Amino acid sequence: MRCLIDILDLSVAELDELIATACDIIADPDKYAEKCKRKKLATLFYEPSTRTRLSFEAAMLELGGSVIGFSEATSSSAAKGESVADTAKVISCYADIIAMRHPKEGSALVAANNASIPVINAGDGGHCHPTQTLADLLTIYREKGRFDHLTVGLCGDLKFGRTVHSLINALSRYPGMRFVLISPEELKLPSYVKTEALKKKGIEYLQTTSLEEAMPMLDILYMTRIQQERFADMDEYLRLKDSYVLTPEKLKTAKPDMCILHPLPRVNEISVKVDDDPRACYFKQVLNGKYMRMALILKLLEEAKK
Amino acid sequence: MNIDAIQNGIVIDHIPAGAGMELYKMLRLDALDCSVALIKNAHSNKDGKKDIIKIDAEIPVDFDLIGYLAPHAKINIIRDGKLVEKRDATLPKTLTNVIKCMNPRCITKTEQELDQIFRLTDPENRIYRCIYCETKAN
Repeated sequence: MRCLIDILDLSVAELDELIATACDIIADPDKYAEKCKRKKLATLFYEPSTRTRLSFEAAMLELGGSVIGFSEATSSSAAKGESVADTAKVISCYADIIAMRHPKEGSALVAANNASIPVINAGDGGHCHPTQTLADLLTIYREKGRFDHLTVGLCGDLKFGRTVHSLINALSRYPGMRFVLISPEELKLPSYVKTEALKKKGIEYLQTTSLEEAMPMLDILYMTRIQQERFADMDEYLRLKDSYVLTPEKLKTAKPDMCILHPLPRVNEISVKVDDDPRACYFKQVLNGKYMRMALILKLLEEAKK
Repeated sequence: MNIDAIQNGIVIDHIPAGAGMELYKMLRLDALDCSVALIKNAHSNKDGKKDIIKIDAEIPVDFDLIGYLAPHAKINIIRDGKLVEKRDATLPKTLTNVIKCMNPRCITKTEQELDQIFRLTDPENRIYRCIYCETKAN
């Protein structure tokens, strides 16, 4: 059964196809309003999430389908000790497709290995979050019109930030990409991501601790939150949490058409004063995420029929 | 040091010196009734020292496990006192229930009876990663 666990499960051609479908949905939403009639999406959310769960639910409803599921582990059989494998088998009897978020890394793969319906990874701990990357990609495509020959700055928590790893993996497959990795020493991109996604492919990258230094060269600035939940040491979190705060002053040296992205939720790493800047695209990203999830649900349900 | 020649059994030769005992334990050779010899620090023209395991019975052995712990080992099958088959150990592409994922956030820590599966992601540097969380094996 075709599932989406990691963004690299999709080929470049398939990504292009999803983007084309999403653009078509944006152009003519009525055409898709009944595409998933009588189909059910099960949203299995073992940990809290506002935007991802609601985005999946909105996507399915806009396709004419319906939604079942739970939004926290305490309201599911997991509270009684049921395994992910058993839950996936049971839900396969009720629904046509699953979107699952779970705090344990690799949980989505376990679900996919046991379900008889498509499984979409809606975040498995600090591991992968491929549909956020789909949202990022559609936003870049709509703002820049291409994925090649762009300089992408990734700023903040590059160590634990799963969205950063997935985005680098996805974009590193296109020609002429350059990456600027902006982080404190303690939150640098893990060496295996650098090796697999950048060094082995001969992709140019620069590591710096200075956002100001990087700013003028960027076509895209991807800001991330320093995630409190990933730190065992609270003192270290408090020391690093305000490492980078994007303000209108810092944007003075940025290109006029630079695109600012953020997977959200934001805490304070982007000043609200930046929200009115035409380069701020993070709320457009949220909307684009819904369109890409619609395109993905359609693709996986279509492939399940075969 | 004299160790009787094997009539029917297996000789695992060219184990890196010091790795023999771990291989002995992981192959669960302590549970066998037959004669088993673990020779440590035997002379090796190639490497200076090596470990050797001789098993006086033709038991099924886990070649993946041998390949993981001793990728340059030679596995000799002996029948009626003669060498009938010689196999080179190779790094296995996947390891199932050989090593455990040490990442406390990995699903293998909580999911009931889930196989511990690792994939060889970098043969040059012998790096295996958990298929679930991609954490590197120690």
